Amino acid sequence: MDHIPILRMGDFLLVTIQVDMHDQLAMTLQDDLSTKISEISAKGVLIDISALDIVDSFIGRMIGMISGLSRIMDAQTVVVGMQPAVAITLVELGLTLSGVSTALDVERGMRLLRESVQSQ
Amino acid sequence: MITDKSGTCPIRSEQDVVLSRQLVRRIAQQHGLRLVDQTKLVTAVSELARNAVIYGKGGDMDWSVIDSGARTGVRLVFRDNGPGIPDIKQAMTDGWTSGSGLGLGLAGAKRLVDEFELQSAPGEGTRITIIKWN
Repeated sequence: MDHIPILRMGDFLLVTIQVDMHDQLAMTLQDDLSTKISEISAKGVLIDISALDIVDSFIGRMIGMISGLSRIMDAQTVVVGMQPAVAITLVELGLTLSGVSTALDVERGMRLLRESVQSQ
Repeated sequence: MITDKSGTCPIRSEQDVVLSRQLVRRIAQQHGLRLVDQTKLVTAVSELARNAVIYGKGGDMDWSVIDSGARTGVRLVFRDNGPGIPDIKQAMTDGWTSGSGLGLGLAGAKRLVDEFELQSAPGEGTRITIIKWN
């Protein structure tokens, strides 16, 4: 079965989505991430979606669920790199990703994660 | 390069949803839709194709490139022979879902395209036509 790789960097997990995801792959990622967060007691999850040329309601829901689930497991999630056209489409679709932290790029996303861990 | 002006692609599985998105992206690019409009159209395709697979038990997507004189557009028809939609008004409401989704699919897809027409009746399947102009 296909998996999206999850990289570990200290207390953080990094995911770069580089394929046009079908729904099962998105579900698998959600499961893999929750397992990994608990395995290494991750403090933060960074999801890079700069290579995604669409985010529909299914992927949007998955992002929201990952964010909610990692919060319950004491980890912060930051979604980075959303393309402008994707952001415009998401809002028009009716999905505002409320409660999900975002940053423009990986560097800013990592800074956000470090700051939120330090302030705890 | 897609030289045909129309065609049909099956939407039977999750993989077909991905393929239909990629096909529509190529058609939209070739016929001069702006990037934002391409993204909106492909996102609508993703919603409607997934609905056809999950609720319609599989179907087909007819695509055609249409010309209104001044503008070129992409017209897509999603057809399935599923159970149909008993209450169309309810199905078009934001947040309403008969399944486990967010209920943004139909109403959201309508907002993303220029023209949207839904025909459905219980036992007669569902047919949704959308158009995006360049």
